[in-house]
Parts: sequence; structure tokens; C-alpha cells
Amino acid sequence: MIELHYFAGIRVLTGIPKESVYFSNQTVEDLWKWADEKYPGIRNSSVRIAVNEEYAMPSDIIESGDVVAFIPPVSGG
Amino acid sequence: MKAFEVVTEPINPQLYSDYVLRPEAGAVTLFTGHVREWTKGVRTLYLAYEAYVPMAEKKLAEIGREIEDKWEGTSVAIAHRIGELQISDIAVVIAVSSPHRKTAYEANEYAIERIKEIVPIWKKEIWEDGEEWIGDQKKKPKEEIL
Repeated sequence: MIELHYFAGIRVLTGIPKESVYFSNQTVEDLWKWADEKYPGIRNSSVRIAVNEEYAMPSDIIESGDVVAFIPPVSGG
Repeated sequence: MKAFEVVTEPINPQLYSDYVLRPEAGAVTLFTGHVREWTKGVRTLYLAYEAYVPMAEKKLAEIGREIEDKWEGTSVAIAHRIGELQISDIAVVIAVSSPHRKTAYEANEYAIERIKEIVPIWKKEIWEDGEEWIGDQKKKPKEEIL
């Protein structure tokens, strides 16, 4: 299982702030494909994925137990 | 307080200024970012900030380390508030101390630019007739038209 977190405009799209899904030993790219199927439109060049609180690359591996966040464009300050 | 934190209560800038003050510091720059009522002719009633708190605090600390590596002798503290903020409330405070003035100014500006790039904090503007999560402000269609 991995934990997925959705924020701001992405949360509006998913309708939920977080969920747990079965996902292990697959890449960030694989997760993008899964997410875009479940939540069409979530995949967007301005949205980044963070794994365990670090921005991730498409080829990075996601393991069971990881915490993943979909990060829409930030606007702090 | 922590040197790099996300808070839900009103920010007291003095705490962060005091935190970075040291005998070797000849300057402290203190930046406070406030909730603005008018943006391009649209009136904001209030703002709602949300953060991915653990990652946001980690990234604020990372910005602090970047500054201390880039400008020798600096010390940094940053806090960002989340939740509902009213007009003129402080959303962010950045305190930088350094031996000399110029460095403290430069490093402080660097910090706010980096916050807007990498720290997972989002702002929702609530207007009289609607609301919107504010995204990458550099790519806002409205600005392209202007």
C-alpha cells in the first residue's frame, strides 16, 4: 500500500484529500498513468509528484509504504 | 518556535528577528508578506492558505541551508501561516542576519523567490463572487492577455 495526498486544485479534481492504494515496485511514470486513468486531467505538466516529501523523477521507483503527494503549482508567500 | 515552520496562528515577526540576531550580525532584514486586498482590480475578501506541512517545513529549512551556503555568515528563519487570513495579515516572515547589509537584503529576496518555486503551500483567493486556487502565477492566462 502507498498513501496518496491531493492538495488545492488537485483535491478539487479528485474530491478526496487522500487515499491508500495497492502499488509497489513501480515507477512514478506508472503512477501517473494510473492516476490519469482514475482522475482524467490530473496529469499536467505543471503538477509534480513528491515521494516521501521530495520531488520525484518519472523513473523513480515507488515502494510499498511510501507517501506520495500530487503537488500543483505552489503559490506561497 | 522553530526556525522553519508552518503555523496556524498570527505571526509575530520579532520572534524570528530575535532568533537570527547574533553578536557577529551587523544587519537583520525582516520581510513580511501580507494579504493584499486588490489584485489587478479584483477585490479579495480573504485568503485561505493550505500546505503539505511536513514537506513545506523541510523545504523551508532547505532554503535556509541554501542561503547559509551561498552567503557566508548568514542565519535564516522563516515562517508561513496557513488557514484563513484576513486583509493585511502576515502570511510569511523571513528573517536574515548577516555581518553586512547588502548580503542580508539579497539573501532575503532569494528566500521569497525560492518559496514561490519549491515550497508546497497554496493560496486560494476568495472574492465577492467566487474563489480560485492560485497556481503558477507566471502562467496565468489573464497576465498573458495583459
